[in-house]
Order: sequence, then structure tokens, then C-alpha cells
Amino acid sequence: MTNPSHNTDANPVAHDPHDSVYDGLLVNDAHWAFGTDFEDPLAGVDTTVPEGMEPGDLAAYCLMLGDDALILSHRLSEWCSSAPDLEEDIALANIALDLLGQARLLLARAAAADPSVVPALPEGSPVPAEDALAYFRSCQEFRNLRLVEAPNGDFAETISRLLVFATYRLALFERLTQSPDAVLAAVAAKGVKELTYHRDFAGRWFLTLAQGTEESRRRLLAGLATVWPLRAELFASHEVEARIGVDPASIAADVDVVLEQVFAVSGVERPTARALAGVEGQTGRDGMHSEALSRLLAEMQVVAREHPMGVW
Amino acid sequence: MAALLDRARELVATVTDPELPMLTLEDLGVLRDVSVDENGTVTVAITPTYSGCPAMATMRDDIVRTLKEAGLEATVRLTLSPAWTTDWISERGRTALAEHGISPPGRATPVAGPVALTLSPLRRAVHCPQCGSVDVEVTSEFGSTACKALYRCLTCLEPFDHVKEI
Ligand SMILES: [Zn+2]
Repeated sequence: MTNPSHNTDANPVAHDPHDSVYDGLLVNDAHWAFGTDFEDPLAGVDTTVPEGMEPGDLAAYCLMLGDDALILSHRLSEWCSSAPDLEEDIALANIALDLLGQARLLLARAAAADPSVVPALPEGSPVPAEDALAYFRSCQEFRNLRLVEAPNGDFAETISRLLVFATYRLALFERLTQSPDAVLAAVAAKGVKELTYHRDFAGRWFLTLAQGTEESRRRLLAGLATVWPLRAELFASHEVEARIGVDPASIAADVDVVLEQVFAVSGVERPTARALAGVEGQTGRDGMHSEALSRLLAEMQVVAREHPMGVW
Repeated sequence: MAALLDRARELVATVTDPELPMLTLEDLGVLRDVSVDENGTVTVAITPTYSGCPAMATMRDDIVRTLKEAGLEATVRLTLSPAWTTDWISERGRTALAEHGISPPGRATPVAGPVALTLSPLRRAVHCPQCGSVDVEVTSEFGSTACKALYRCLTCLEPFDHVKEI
């Protein structure tokens, strides 16, 4: 806690035994350098594509996993200053930040594997590859699951989606640590630790809302029912996933075990709602999205697209 | 060249974490390697704490600036594997955290087999860095920065940060 006599004439800062290590932050402008400079998030990392993997496949796979993280990160960040209380506001923002970091690494890895996936920008544009992928692709070029693009709904619906997503992604990343691609394996190894906190957070809130008041339970069941039809798509193998990544069909049973565990403790029946069909057999991994994604991208991309030569 | 390498190591060892400035990057355990090439250019390898840690760019800038001020050119590269864990925070670092009112992390649980779901509050041997009481409760697993959980002491009623195990 701050010393109340701090900074008075009687007790000059230089002799104050309560001098804080944070004091330097107030006088040294060099420390306020956040965001003034781009850096390659894979600087110095060997990004050689492993033998037997097509660069185009690896890039496509990284876009799938990167886009899932990017789009859900954006949705979660919409809770900033709107969550039920300050602690949950901070928690959702922290989860969004972890996912944004994963997205940045994965999009950078996609660009390094196959530079042809990066949208062309005007000559001399300072926009780095991962930002070009995030801000200058159109809706149908995104490869995320439709689960992550749906609007947040209320807090209970957000928690239901986060539980399903974090459970799925944690199971996936646990296996991805064995990827022949060293970059993907490293991103996954770090991600596992972060996703463990995300899944526990969502699971605890799911239980709390289910066992809370009549109203919290009603909202949770409604939120879960809204999210559930988008769940099946998580486990439908896209050919790229099956070829070079973790085949999502192979994790379905493990994900179900964890979800059943949460449902049982919470006294919630597993929903029976039918899966949302694709459009002519195509879903998020093929670039087939709901209208919600185009609205999300319009907001997320508008400033970057207005200023392709901008330096931030 | 050996003298130059020692000098570079010494300088890099003084750079502190922008979010936990009581810790040097060495105490935090993110410093992986310092080397000098035949032209006298220093290469420093650091590893990220969290995937989205916004402090990484600042760490890099601080390393480059510290070496530049001593007349050395430097580049910073990232090492992603093995992934950083809080077990790499040094004993000196743990002491420094506690002295500044931040509860240091316990041992990170080694992952063997599928990660278990934990629906009850995590059990940690945490005590209040203000008054030493063990009667504390977690307010949130997510705190002021990516690496911290928020706790409350039930004895002195002060809130405090805990560097969470990863
Ligand atoms: Zn206390």
C-alpha cells in the first residue's frame, strides 16, 4: 500500500524507505513503448516447413486454428466494461488476450509457411503479415468454426460457448504438442497451460449459474441450447486437418467426457438439439460463415482497412 | 571476445521485467541465451511467458537499449521451446516478489496424461504477503496482468496478487 507521506517535503522521495520499484515507470518514458514498433512474433524462430508437409496445407491449418482464436478473442473483448462485475470483466479480457496471442503466432506461422496466403497490400505498406491476414481478408477467407463467430448473447451463453470451445481446444492442443512442425508444437505447449485456466473458469461459472438462482439456471440452459447446434461442426474433419493436423474426430470422445463431467456436477441434461447444417455441405472451415462474422469483421477491420499505409 | 561476452551477459542481467520491475529477466527465467559473433554483435534469446504477453516487445526494446547505451549492437530472437514455466523464476526472484507484496508461485504441476478439470478453487499454499496469514481466498484466477491471480487476505483484509503457476 502507498505510504501516505510519500512525496511530501518532510519525506523526500529519494530517502523514502517505501520507494517502489514502479517509480521508474513514471520517469522513464522509454518504458512507455508499447505498440510503437512492430516486431516479428517469430523472430529468430526456425520456420522451415517439415518434410512431408505441404506448405499450403500447413498455412491453411494454421489459419483454421488462428482464426478460431482471433474471432473468439474479439467476441470476448466485446465484454470489456460490460461484464457482470469487475473480476469477470478482467477474466474475460485476460482470456481474450491469451487467445489473441495464440492467433498472432498462428497467423504469423501461416504466413511464414506459405507467403501466398497473405493478402497483397500497397507497395511499401508497413502492415506485418499476421496483421494483413487479420485485417485484410474477407469473410469467406476466414477458416474459423461458426461456433466462435456467433454473437455473445448474455453472460450465461458466453460461458456455455467458452466451456465448449476451451474443452475442445485444450484436447486438440494436448495432441498438437506432438506435431511434426516444431512451431505448432511450441504454440500448443504454451496454449495448453493457458487453456487449462480458461476451461476451469468456464466450468466453474457453468456450475455456479446452474446451481445459482432459478433465473441464472434458466439463462444457462437457454444459452447452452443456443450454443449446442454449433458443437458438431467442431468434430467434423476437414481434409487439411485430417492430413496434417489433429483430426478433430479423434478428440470428440475426450471432449464429451469432460463436458459430461461438468453437466453431471451441474445437474444439467446434455442437450439434444440437432446440429446446425452446413450450406451445400460447407461450414466455417470451408469459409462458409453466418452473417454475424461479416458484422464482426466490419468492426474489427475498418480502421486498418482505411489506413493500409498507417503506422501505429 | 570472452570479456565482451561477460560484459554483455552482465548488462542483460540488469534488465527488468516491465510488468514486474522487481524481477530481472534473468530472475523471471525468460532469458535463454546471450552470445557474441565475430563482429561483436550480441544476440539475446528470450522466451515468452504467455502467448499474448504484451511485455515481450518492451523486454526486447529494453535489452537492445541497455546494450546500446553501453556501445553494443544487439538483436533479440525468440525461443519458443521448451515453453516457459513459473518454475524458472529464481529463488532471488521469488524473494523479490514477496518483498514487494506479490505472492510468488508454487510449483507448477507437471502435466502427465490429459489435463484434469478443476471445478473447485485451486488449492495452493498461499500466504498473505502483507501480514503472513494463511487465511486467504482467491477472488479471481485472472488479475491485473496475464500472469497473476487476485487474492484477498481474510485476516488483514488486503487484496494481493499471486503469480499463478503455469
Ligand atoms: Zn494479510
